This record gives sequence, structure tokens and C-alpha cells, in this order.
Amino acid sequence: MGFEPKILAFLCNWCSYAGADLAGTSRIQYPPTIRVIRVPCSGRVNPHFIIKALQSGVDGVLVSGCHPGDCHYQTGNYYARRRFALFKNLLEYVGVEEGRVQFSWVSAAEGGKFAEVVENVSEKVRSLGPAVRLVKHRQEKD
Amino acid sequence: MLDKLRETAMKALEEVGVEAILGFRETRAPLVSTPFVARTPNDISALTVDYFCGVNIATYLHRWKGKKVAVVARGCEVRAIVALCVEKQLSRDEIYIIGVPCKGAIDRSLVDAHLGGERIENAHVKGDKLCVDVEDGVVEIPLEDVLSPTCRWCAYPTPPVYDVLVGEPIEGKGGYPDVEEFEKLSCDERWERFSSEIERCIRCYACRQACPMCYCEECFVDSTNPEWVEPGLSISDLAVWHIMRAYHQAGRCVDCGACERACPMGIKLVYLTRKLNKDTEALYGFTAGISLEENPPLANYRLDDAEEFIM
Repeated sequence: MGFEPKILAFLCNWCSYAGADLAGTSRIQYPPTIRVIRVPCSGRVNPHFIIKALQSGVDGVLVSGCHPGDCHYQTGNYYARRRFALFKNLLEYVGVEEGRVQFSWVSAAEGGKFAEVVENVSEKVRSLGPAVRLVKHRQEKD
Repeated sequence: MLDKLRETAMKALEEVGVEAILGFRETRAPLVSTPFVARTPNDISALTVDYFCGVNIATYLHRWKGKKVAVVARGCEVRAIVALCVEKQLSRDEIYIIGVPCKGAIDRSLVDAHLGGERIENAHVKGDKLCVDVEDGVVEIPLEDVLSPTCRWCAYPTPPVYDVLVGEPIEGKGGYPDVEEFEKLSCDERWERFSSEIERCIRCYACRQACPMCYCEECFVDSTNPEWVEPGLSISDLAVWHIMRAYHQAGRCVDCGACERACPMGIKLVYLTRKLNKDTEALYGFTAGISLEENPPLANYRLDDAEEFIM
């Protein structure tokens, strides 16, 4: 079998995590590449989390939160949006491949979109191959 | 110009009633002017401003909180003061700013590279040349080649805020040709350049200490719980340090270049913070240290911020 990436997903409790749940209960198929960490809000995701994940040997990181305007805490995702825009640009600037770190808005009603997002992220990371840059601790195969 | 500066400083000491004046004085070491605190009228004659003031004087203001001081500050130093006031680290009414338009600061590592390691006996600036006395003669280097990159493209040589300005205002250049050039490289080339630069890092954190905007009581790199960065000199850990150090400056960096001048290994650093500056300007129309009112961009948002990168 070819390379199957390992992707760490930070999902916000109120939207994307529920979206993932909906995808499951609706029996929508998507690649088994992601490992989920539930966070209270996309604004909880410190860029340090992302870079630590890459160091720990994951091939990709997905951060997903509520659509703008839907944040449970009103403004968390607005701050996150700015933070990630600059962080993503900086990572790519120093030569971390585009697509290793991705972001999405998925609401609790978008089970289909969640599956689609995972499909797209997996496909992109698969095409990039295993992560090498920034990796310090290579993970053993499951 | 120095006479005018000292006269103004004297006035600040005697009439404005400041406890001290922070500035620079010459040293006997070549290419080095050092931070200096003038407390009495006798000290004033030592105050100077030249191409060898590599440190950002705003870094020292943290220790003077609660006291009224004057500071002789160039464009980037004033921007640091303003940015620190916005972040409530300093209060504007405690600081009497003697603004000085600035022609730039020389980066010692660029001079060393130019001379190929030859011992520098002495150095002075004549016109647009740096004249360096070496063992067997004098080497003349165009100033342009040894100025910090931040100074070469400095947008604010004249302080944007001041209580009194000494000297004629200097027009800023601005722009990010260095960043644009780096952006044009392929992803692999960028990683290659970045990793070969940071490879020399010894993690002395001189860049952090030199930075006026790095004032956290506990830096992320010193924290052991959580341990954001592990100790050691693996490329991975070095990359994390350099990426996150720059990132913590997002929307806050005043582009003074003190970090790069402080680096004992001559590692290029400012192309990282300048990239963030370029992005914050383009995306959020924000430049750090210009306005005492506006919040830094990461402590702010707009409903219509760019989000093309989000699925």
C-alpha cells in the first residue's frame, strides 16, 4: 500500500467537532487519516500546538472552527483567522510545504463538508509525501 | 548636530526635570557605541549618536518604569517606545523623547565579512564610506554595504512621535525588496537557505535580549512546562525557535534590526520579521509603533479580514 499520511486535526467543540460527529452518524465515508484533538474554540489553538505537532512527526495539521459569525464565544475565530493567516504565510516562507498546515470552517450541520475537507487535506498531504522538515521525533508505524 | 543634541539634553535635565537621559556614548572599541545613562550635567558631553549605536535604547526603558526619563531616540527606537506604550509596558507621559533623525546603524558582522576576518584597529565614517584601519592600512567600504538591512530600507528614519526633534528630518525609503526576493525562491530553496542560516545558531538568545519588544517574564523557550521547545541544537528545535521568535513579533516588530546586529554568529534574522511586517501591512494595513491609539493587529480583527486560505 502507498503512503497514508497521519494528520492531526484540531476541531472546535461547538462546530467542527459536531460536524465530524454528524459525518459519522450519517455514515459518510472519509479517509482514516486524521487524529482529532477537541479544543474549545479555534481561537484556543496556539501556533505552538501546530509546530509542536509537526515536530512530533505528523505529516499534516488541520485546524477547523466555526464559520465567521458563528463562534460560540462571539469572536474567537476572528482572532484565530488573523493569527493563522500570518502563521501560515510564515511557515511557507521558511520552506514548509504549502498544504502541510490547513484551515477550514465547518459548522455542526456540515457533516458532508467535513468529510470533503478531510478528503482534500489527505489528498494534498499524500501528494506532498511524508513530512521531513521540522520533524524531530519520527512516529513509529501503527 | 551633536552640540544641539547636548544642549537639548541639558535643557531636559534642568528644565523638564527628568531623572536621567538615556542615550549612547562612544567607546574605545571600534564600531561600538554603548548605551549610556546621563544623570548629571557633567555626563551630557559624552552623549552621542552615530552609525555604531547598534542597540535599541528602548530595551533599557523597562527598568525606568515609574520615573521620568528622557531618551535620545532614533526612528525605530521611538517606534519601539510607542509600541510598548500601546502594549501598556511604558507610559508615554513618563518619557521625554528627544527625537533624532537617523542615517542607519552598521552591522559589525557585515564589516567582518567584508574584511575576511582581518583585525579591526579602528573605524570611522567619512561621507558615504566606512574607513576601517586594519593592520596594514585603511580599507574603505561603501556604507550601503555594511548598514543593517533594516536601515537600508528604513521607512521611518525620522521619529514619528517626539517631544523635541534635533536635526533635519530624513525621508524614509520603505519597501521590502529583500523579502520579495526571498519569496521568489522555490519552496525547497527557501528551506535550504533558512536551515543553513539557523544551523549556526548556538541558542544564546542574544536576539531576544536585544529586542525591545521581547519583555515576557518567562519566554516560551525557557518554559519547561509546557516545554514548547526542547533543548538542543537539532535543526528542528532551532527552526522552531527562529520561527516562533519571529512569529511572536507579528504586528509588533519595529524593524530596528537590533536582533540581527546582536547575533554573535552573524545569522540573518530580519528577513523573517520583515516578512511578517510586510504581511501585516498588506493584510491589515498596520505598521507597528506609528500610532499610540491603534491596537496591534493580532489583538484586533475586522469582519471582512482576508480568508482565502481557509477551506
